[in-house]
Amino acid sequence: MRVLLADSGWLATDASTLSDEDDLYAAGLTSHGSVNLMLALEERYGVEFPENLLRRRTFESIAAIRAAVAGLLDGAPGGTGAG
Amino acid sequence: MRAAVPDGPAAMPPEGAAGVAAVAGRHADSVDREARFPVEAFAALREARLLGLMVPRDFGGGGGGLADAAAVAHALAQKCPSSGLIYAMHQIQVACLVRHGQVSAWHRGFLERLAGEQLLLASATTEAGIGGDVRSSACAVGDEPGGAFRLEKQATVISYGAQADAILVTARRSADSPPSDQVIVPVLRGQTQLEEIGGWDTLGMRGTHSVGYRLVAEAGREQILPLPYADISARTMLPVTHILWSSVWLGIATDAVARAAAFIRAEARKRPGTPPPGARRLAEATAGLQSMRGMVRGALARFEEVADDPDRLTAPGFAVAMNTLKTEAAETVLRIVGQAMLAGGLAAYRNDSPYSLCRHLRDAHSAPLMINNDRILGNTANLLLAHRDNGSLFG
Repeated sequence: MRVLLADSGWLATDASTLSDEDDLYAAGLTSHGSVNLMLALEERYGVEFPENLLRRRTFESIAAIRAAVAGLLDGAPGGTGAG
Repeated sequence: MRAAVPDGPAAMPPEGAAGVAAVAGRHADSVDREARFPVEAFAALREARLLGLMVPRDFGGGGGGLADAAAVAHALAQKCPSSGLIYAMHQIQVACLVRHGQVSAWHRGFLERLAGEQLLLASATTEAGIGGDVRSSACAVGDEPGGAFRLEKQATVISYGAQADAILVTARRSADSPPSDQVIVPVLRGQTQLEEIGGWDTLGMRGTHSVGYRLVAEAGREQILPLPYADISARTMLPVTHILWSSVWLGIATDAVARAAAFIRAEARKRPGTPPPGARRLAEATAGLQSMRGMVRGALARFEEVADDPDRLTAPGFAVAMNTLKTEAAETVLRIVGQAMLAGGLAAYRNDSPYSLCRHLRDAHSAPLMINNDRILGNTANLLLAHRDNGSLFG
């Protein structure tokens, strides 16, 4: 997850220095960036984010993103277990 | 906020709105000609206590909802679009304070002053050097000793800045924050120095005086709204802006169609039994007006439905709905005024006729430009990469 964030250029901060709970929006994530982050996660993990997960809170920290992706991989539609 | 019922009878404009709109109408030509602030309309709005319309009654305000503010903006815009737009911009700031300021003591006190003194609020969100993206700031609220801050912003536009009693300014949260980590803070007239940059000699909306300023403010940190601007923008400023601006454009379209209809009726009276040549264009313009009214009332109802649910307010589907209201309403008002002008013919084209639509046409041309449609369409295109429309009729 940190590699994906670091490679993306969506943060103004070095992703390797962030804790799981740090606020990604305070680290420079924009709403435009969060859409691209979602697309990268969908591609990487073979999942699809349903509309009810597409809210600001879902992408507010590494821990929140990890929980959302884990939930999708655990059998939500589109969670094929890839990656 | 009170719910709007999209298919029910139209909400009655709040008491006093018609009288204030009449005052605005009497001075509309001079406001337009001289490109000056509509002082008479705003004196009347203060007198009718309509600047504090959306402030809850507990704070001494009118306790109205967004539908009430939209009704006033719409009524004003039929007579003087500059007055309507200034009123809309003021109420956008009020909505942000009402919805996000009640958790803090300073802002509760400010809401009381707002209602008691009928303060006029402006906004400074755009900034030189950030390419017109209101979700980015270069300036920051610096830390000063004793809980104060100093802020210096090269604001590319502050509409009616010189007349405002307070200005809501966006800035980075701290000197170390990235451009997107913003806060918003109301700064009062006595705390702010404004140095005007450039002039405002435009085609339309000439009374809004939307010029640039170098703004320097020194104020207390307790004035900063506690919620990040990203949330305030998504939950309130963006939807309320698009709904209130669209209500203003709907007002322009409404009066254009009314003038065209009056012209066609006068022609029909002269030659009973022979339909005037512009009558079909009037029918076309009326169809457009009906559709535009539906758009605005539908968006109001949608906002009221989710107004207290942060998750639904920040979902891409909601932002797509509000963005598309703005771009489509801005296109539609131009089309309607054009059709009304064809209905009225030369009587509409003349500056000196009671059926003139020249000011309507000039003011309507601001709609796709004053918040640029292309920028909003670009944002919408990005949101559509995430949004999955569920295909249902009622959302």
